[in-house]
Amino acid sequence: MTKLRLLSRLQVVVAVLALVTLATVLIGLGIGSSPVSYDRLIPTITGHGTFEDRFVLFSLRLPRMLITMLAGMALALSGAILQGITRNELADPGIVGINAGAGVGVTVFFLFAPLDVDSSVYVIPLMAFAGGIGTAVLIYAFSYTRGEGIQPIRLVITGVGFSLALSGIMIVLMSTVDRTKVDFISKWLAGNVWGTDWPFVLALLPWLIVLIPYVLYKSRALNLLALNDPTAIGAGVAIRRDRILLMLAAVALAASAVSVTGGIAFIGLMAPHMARALVGPRHQQMIPVSVLTGGWLLLLADTIGRNVWAPEGVATGIVAALIGAPYFLYLLLFKDSSAA
Amino acid sequence: MDDRVSRKVPPKPSSSYAFKVFVCLVLFVAMFTLAVILGAKNVSLADIWSAVTDPHAKGDDISVIRELRLPREVGGALVGSALAVAGAIMQGLTRNPLADPGLLGLTAGANAALAAALAFFPAVGYFGTMVACFIGAAVSVMLVFGIIALRRRNLSPLRMVLAGSAVSALLAAVADGISLHYKISKNVSMWTSGGLIGTTWGQIATIAPVIVACLIVSVLLSRPLTILSTNEGTAIGLGLRTTRVKIALYVLTTLLAGAAVALVGNLAFVGLMIPHLVRTFAGTHYRTIVPLSAIVGGTFMVFADTLARMINVPFETPVASIVAILGLPFFLFIVRKGVRSFS
Repeated sequence: MTKLRLLSRLQVVVAVLALVTLATVLIGLGIGSSPVSYDRLIPTITGHGTFEDRFVLFSLRLPRMLITMLAGMALALSGAILQGITRNELADPGIVGINAGAGVGVTVFFLFAPLDVDSSVYVIPLMAFAGGIGTAVLIYAFSYTRGEGIQPIRLVITGVGFSLALSGIMIVLMSTVDRTKVDFISKWLAGNVWGTDWPFVLALLPWLIVLIPYVLYKSRALNLLALNDPTAIGAGVAIRRDRILLMLAAVALAASAVSVTGGIAFIGLMAPHMARALVGPRHQQMIPVSVLTGGWLLLLADTIGRNVWAPEGVATGIVAALIGAPYFLYLLLFKDSSAA
Repeated sequence: MDDRVSRKVPPKPSSSYAFKVFVCLVLFVAMFTLAVILGAKNVSLADIWSAVTDPHAKGDDISVIRELRLPREVGGALVGSALAVAGAIMQGLTRNPLADPGLLGLTAGANAALAAALAFFPAVGYFGTMVACFIGAAVSVMLVFGIIALRRRNLSPLRMVLAGSAVSALLAAVADGISLHYKISKNVSMWTSGGLIGTTWGQIATIAPVIVACLIVSVLLSRPLTILSTNEGTAIGLGLRTTRVKIALYVLTTLLAGAAVALVGNLAFVGLMIPHLVRTFAGTHYRTIVPLSAIVGGTFMVFADTLARMINVPFETPVASIVAILGLPFFLFIVRKGVRSFS
């Protein structure tokens, strides 16, 4: 990398990611349980397609792809924040248990409300947020030891325990009330993208529009927090306040994603790592790249899940776990240098 | 159950140990009886007595007891004992207080194999299912410990559990994928979340011999296990063939976990909780921990299953969820306190 280059490395990476995502969208639009051939794609998009093609593209496929992409972005950003503020390479909203907590919030909501899409789309993320916050506080409290602070590995392992138990609570809650909803919840737990309509795009988008700039604005603080507390304090970071605010942002992002797509783990783990490998650890550059990577990863997982074993497909969360778990193992055993 | 304990090799049964076993057995029998009485339809003690002792007794309650309650509770006791003992052995073997067949991915592997067996050989019987579970558990043992062995440095207990949970996530995804694709998720989830619903005498007759045999061998191997659990060097110094004993113990845990999954499905935390619970009153010697874990594990599982039946009569609540909720406090406690004080 010389300074004479016309484009910075960041710009190249962003451009390539955008192109790859666009390519995935185009491929994904064409294939599926009722394929739309590629020569009909352009006319349909410009408004000259048949009714059937228009319906498939605009009412089924496009919203779903947008939703998975946005959810992937939210999860990746959430993971990047968590990894930064806990100085833990293994942090991920799914692994740490925030997804499961958000799930309990949503479950409680379903217990008292009918499965009515129109009104509940905007309430569900709030319920998920409440559940996620509660869980985050609990996990934080249980992994905190006086004098030592938070030990990274202990945080993750407490989260693993919590997510097992919270999934249990979710199933117990559901099965005591309504047998027909159990099926829905168990699919939702596996990470089935169920909200596939335009309102869900609107339910996800505001969170991202507000929180991505906020986190970027905070990226200097994140850089310093990722080093160690004394350095951050010395450089003038209000560590307690910033850590809490960023934690809230991470939970809000994870909760909004989870409320639409269900429990998807490992995306928030992988995307920041890939971003770090591509553009280095500075959050100013790492965050935009990991957001793009996360969006693309989940889109890819969903496209694979939709098309392998058509027509019913495989839950996106399953595909994400198949890709992500080996990566997690690799990090855990060979990369992560933090003391256990 | 009773005769299994009496067959235990009695080396130096101190009076306090015999007393503990006695108390645990009494608790077990009480819990078992309670579990048979309670249910969507409560039955009387007299009916239970005649159902067990009088082969000519007839009636609705009698057949409920014989065909539904008894096999179910016997199955629960077997599964609980198997998982608890498997957990105790793993904790000693890996010197890891957090070891548990569920947390380290054994049951997830057995579960994935079960899904595969149901998908590819739909006509497979109980025995075939059980063999599939053994294979699955064995594969995941090799996977987890192989991965751990890949890393030269010694792996900390917490990290080992994280590796196990990642393998679990992977294998659970495989199981989900298989069962969704072959449209057998109902059959598979009957195992994974259904717990002990519809346990029959046929299933028990297939699986019980394996579990009972493994439990007996575990008790026989508990002395070398104690030595191993202290320190590998000591074990070699005392003339223990460590490799042979270790392989035998790994095989035992695999068989126990596989058999448990074949009966009840994927279940975490039992193998973690029970041995720790037992240690609080029985010390650190595996010669006492293993038999007591078997009894207490059986009691606990019967209790959890009864809870699962009673929370929402007449519907069943998945027992795995109840165990997960009950297990969390233990897990947190051990993560906080136990890792440092253990061994």
